Amino acid sequence: MAAGLFLQGEDQPWIIWSWLFSHVQLLIDATNQHLQLTLIAVGVGLAISLPVGVAAHRWAALRNPVLTVFGIIYTVPSLALFSILVPITGLTVLTAEVGLVSYTVLILVRNIMVGLEAVPSDVIDAANGMGFRPTARLLRVELPLALPAIFAGVRIATVTTIGLISITAVIGQASLGQLIYQGLINDFRTPLLMGTLLSVLLALVADLFLAGVQRLAVPWART
Amino acid sequence: MSFLMSVVDWFRDPSHWSGDNGIPVRTLEHVQISIESVVIGALIALPIGIALGHYGKFGNLAINISNAGRAVPSFGILIIAFQIFGLGDTPTVIALVALAIPPMVTNSYVGLSEVDKDVKDAARGMGYRELSRLLRIELPLAVPLVMAGIRTSAVQVIATATVAAFIGGGGLGQFIVGGYATQVYPEVFAGAVAVGLLAVATELLFGGIERLLTPRGVRLERSRLAQRATTFKAA
Repeated sequence: MAAGLFLQGEDQPWIIWSWLFSHVQLLIDATNQHLQLTLIAVGVGLAISLPVGVAAHRWAALRNPVLTVFGIIYTVPSLALFSILVPITGLTVLTAEVGLVSYTVLILVRNIMVGLEAVPSDVIDAANGMGFRPTARLLRVELPLALPAIFAGVRIATVTTIGLISITAVIGQASLGQLIYQGLINDFRTPLLMGTLLSVLLALVADLFLAGVQRLAVPWART
Repeated sequence: MSFLMSVVDWFRDPSHWSGDNGIPVRTLEHVQISIESVVIGALIALPIGIALGHYGKFGNLAINISNAGRAVPSFGILIIAFQIFGLGDTPTVIALVALAIPPMVTNSYVGLSEVDKDVKDAARGMGYRELSRLLRIELPLAVPLVMAGIRTSAVQVIATATVAAFIGGGGLGQFIVGGYATQVYPEVFAGAVAVGLLAVATELLFGGIERLLTPRGVRLERSRLAQRATTFKAA
């Protein structure tokens, strides 16, 4: 931990190109691992949030407890949350994902609830009048109308997760964060700069990609 | 169970409550650097957000600032700043200020720009000049969102100040980072609990201040406010 405290001085260049060219594969692997951790976190988060969000929308009594519990978890610093989980799940991917998923759930549940609440009551009346039963109305009327808000949540959750993963390096997970962490420990600027830049780049690309998917999936809500 | 007992023992050990590496001193360091960073961040962010919201300009910029802020890993910024500025509080404050700015800009922009146009017209009709309109009409109406921005920033700064321990900074993160380094996991856990409690306490404190500062006529349902305020999560 203290290794990073021995600064080699300011003359160390920020990018050593020869190291960079000989470690392209390392950068690709780290980006891939980063992306995988993100996909699992957002995917599992969405699988949990959809039923929870729908239930909290339907039964008003659930709303405040759900938002409060996940709100408190969301407030706990990530390094602290990972550390609290380590004695239970060890220095594993599971520890990282349990932490990341609990953060994505708050963002997603909130947006799902906002989206469902914004469905105009006239539309619901019309759907009822057309003979939709509650489940069919939810699946074929309310959820599609809530999609823009849900997409907004998925985008925020994805970008947030990509930023948070860096800290999982501390609990031994491979990702772009590992490049930053190793850069700190070895006092080597090239990997730590590349880890940070690639993480920002990955977040921006993922956000643009999801924005594109959203345009295709929700053509009526194009702005 | 024995692990939890050793955490309890760690907390009960009097030596962890005194000296430079005691819980009181570490908490104080943590809070001190967080307050510094939030104040500096607010001095930069609030005038920008309030001005943009008041004139209703550059709305996309104001909103995208917090999207961009989410994409930047504060762990990376901290360590890059450490490489530039070396030991001391400067790198931590820089990373924390950078983290504190986006939510405050976005939320104060949204708060000011959402003030009802009719209200502004009425104020103008009553003879309010621009500055008193801003200070006495628009700002009070925007208090819930401006404060929500400050609260979000403060909680995230408290959370991220934990990471300062990686670059030799003080604060409660020392227990977590030091515990990992020496593989004393009860200490890691105890530090994590302490930081978690501090973050939740900050959230509750700012929630209370928010309620006190909000004019009675403007009190919103908290859930409605939460929907309009930006979520922000770092470290």
